[in-house]
Amino acid sequence: MEKFIQHTGTGVPLRRSNVDTDQIIPAVYLKRVTRSGFEDGLFAAWRNDPEFVLNQDAFKNGTVLVAGADFGTGSSREHAVWALQNYGFKVVISSRFADIFRGNSLKGGLLTVILDIAEVEALWAAIEADPSISITVDLQTRTVSYLGKSLPFAIDDYTRWRLMEGLDDIGLTMKQTESIDSFEKARTSLKPKTLPIKS
Amino acid sequence: MGKTLAEKIWAEHVVRQVEGEPDLLYIDLHLIHEVTSPQAFDGLRLANRKVRRADLTIATEDHNVPTLNIDKPIADPVSKLQVDTLRANCKEFGIRIHSLGDKDQGVVHVVGPQLGITQPGMTIVCGDSHTSTHGAFGALAFGIGTSEVEHVLATQTLPLQRPKTMAINIDGALKPGVTSKDIILAVIAKIGTGGGQGYVIEYRGSAIRALSMESRMTVCNMSIEAGARAGLIAPDQTTFDYIKGKPHAPEDFDAAVAYWSTLFTDKDAKFDVEVSLDANELEPFVTWGTNPGQGLPLSGKVPNPADITDTEARTAAERALVYMGLEAGTALKSIAIDTVFLGSCTNGRIEDLRAAAEILKGKKIASSLRMLVVPGSARVRLEAEAEGLDKTFIDAGAEWRNAGCSMCLGMNPDQLAVGERSASTSNRNFEGRQGKGGRTHLVSPLVAAATALRGTLSSPADL
Repeated sequence: MEKFIQHTGTGVPLRRSNVDTDQIIPAVYLKRVTRSGFEDGLFAAWRNDPEFVLNQDAFKNGTVLVAGADFGTGSSREHAVWALQNYGFKVVISSRFADIFRGNSLKGGLLTVILDIAEVEALWAAIEADPSISITVDLQTRTVSYLGKSLPFAIDDYTRWRLMEGLDDIGLTMKQTESIDSFEKARTSLKPKTLPIKS
Repeated sequence: MGKTLAEKIWAEHVVRQVEGEPDLLYIDLHLIHEVTSPQAFDGLRLANRKVRRADLTIATEDHNVPTLNIDKPIADPVSKLQVDTLRANCKEFGIRIHSLGDKDQGVVHVVGPQLGITQPGMTIVCGDSHTSTHGAFGALAFGIGTSEVEHVLATQTLPLQRPKTMAINIDGALKPGVTSKDIILAVIAKIGTGGGQGYVIEYRGSAIRALSMESRMTVCNMSIEAGARAGLIAPDQTTFDYIKGKPHAPEDFDAAVAYWSTLFTDKDAKFDVEVSLDANELEPFVTWGTNPGQGLPLSGKVPNPADITDTEARTAAERALVYMGLEAGTALKSIAIDTVFLGSCTNGRIEDLRAAAEILKGKKIASSLRMLVVPGSARVRLEAEAEGLDKTFIDAGAEWRNAGCSMCLGMNPDQLAVGERSASTSNRNFEGRQGKGGRTHLVSPLVAAATALRGTLSSPADL
């Protein structure tokens, strides 16, 4: 995984709440067996609308998506994270994320930042007034800054460290194999197994 | 202070606990399907990793499979490749798989319980958000993403932040015609689609205790629609009776029951949040909008966004009415439906089919609509056919299909056309969920059947 320390880019204001993962990428686009190529499915239904924010020239190169509350609800599809990343987004800002989506994003290196709804509103207004303003998201200082403002955001120390080091969880857990071995030894035999097959 | 059920199960599965890091949790069962697993297996191969516990892993084909002509090769080459990839991965890594044509193929959350491998006190994960279904057995069960699927395949564990706990107390008795689907739709309308975020919900109270296992699964299934990754119900005699005799029921059943009987929330335990609902007051529920929190009793009217004070909720309601093609003030029961879908991990089990068939028996569905009946698994289909339910559905004019997720998510050919309106027993009414431009009203199997007969959203009492 690529290290995430700081990102500077322009913003895309998505003034919608409850953007579920079916909107981020509809199911018909989930048939690929790779992790790439999902950008075509990103917000597929809305992209038919010429007024949709991603279809406006001013926002074409944005890398920081600023969305309404409850972003990423619904299906657990990690393809939603891949679609955003494949398209070019590095950061999503919202006042609230669905649990599974947030987990998926932070596993895969797409930084999800929680700001107050008032701060999101102010950011929307600023981007709409001037789409070219530069937004810096800094994991080192845990801040989002634009137009001289600096807004702190919270992220737990462990996740921040993992993202800044670009470490994947599996490698870290593999170092705990002894703990897993001893847990398994003590595990009750009452728990079911899928093999051998019983019918 | 005592512990909640969720806290007990969590504590029993902690492999490693270090201050400032997520807990490393052991996973008792990993369910796999074709859509969220291919990239995980690729990851294993790239890193030259093995599947740690194939004997705690099981796969089936559900999201992307056709419900017609299942004896022929899958027509869509991209879908076929995904299913073939799952089969090849399971073969390579020694994982049990139930493929199309097998009696245990079906929606992954129907398959686990019917095999008896979903049991109380377990941790269960799957790359599917409706894994919360298994919580009905008093298991801590939740959906995960593909990176986590890979993590579980490799290590049989997951690093997780401990969730907060929420109790939803539902006391009283349901009126005739009111089901567990109406309970959960009412819960979501009350706490909102984000209300459960960060929590494990435990459903409690006399109305929950009175539910059958299958009805409990419907409640837990839609916990995720309230934002909660997991929903739980403490196991009791209903749970034990359901598991007994299933293929993978414990051999030492008494010992298992003794253990399962320790799985309850202690009297002096404290939940972070408690919510209460009166079952006596519940009515058949239906959604009018484009998220599962936008629901009302079926006797109501399409709301007027102008009456909503919260700006964001008002904007969302305005958008939803435009998408749904509905006018504020319209009686919900006057809304004409084009397609009735009976099925899914929410309401595709045998009790759901029986309840709908009971209403349809000897009658014909309205000529203005089509009805798809998609059993949750091949085993449910066989059971239904043994009871003659297939004949009831076919005689009524409905289509009797093979098992799969089908129109719940419109990934296979079972989709709504642009502007087509459904009454669906599934779990999500998102824009385009059942097909691009399709409009979904979430309902119970009873409302689905009554609607099929009348052509407009209806409850059994309207017949």
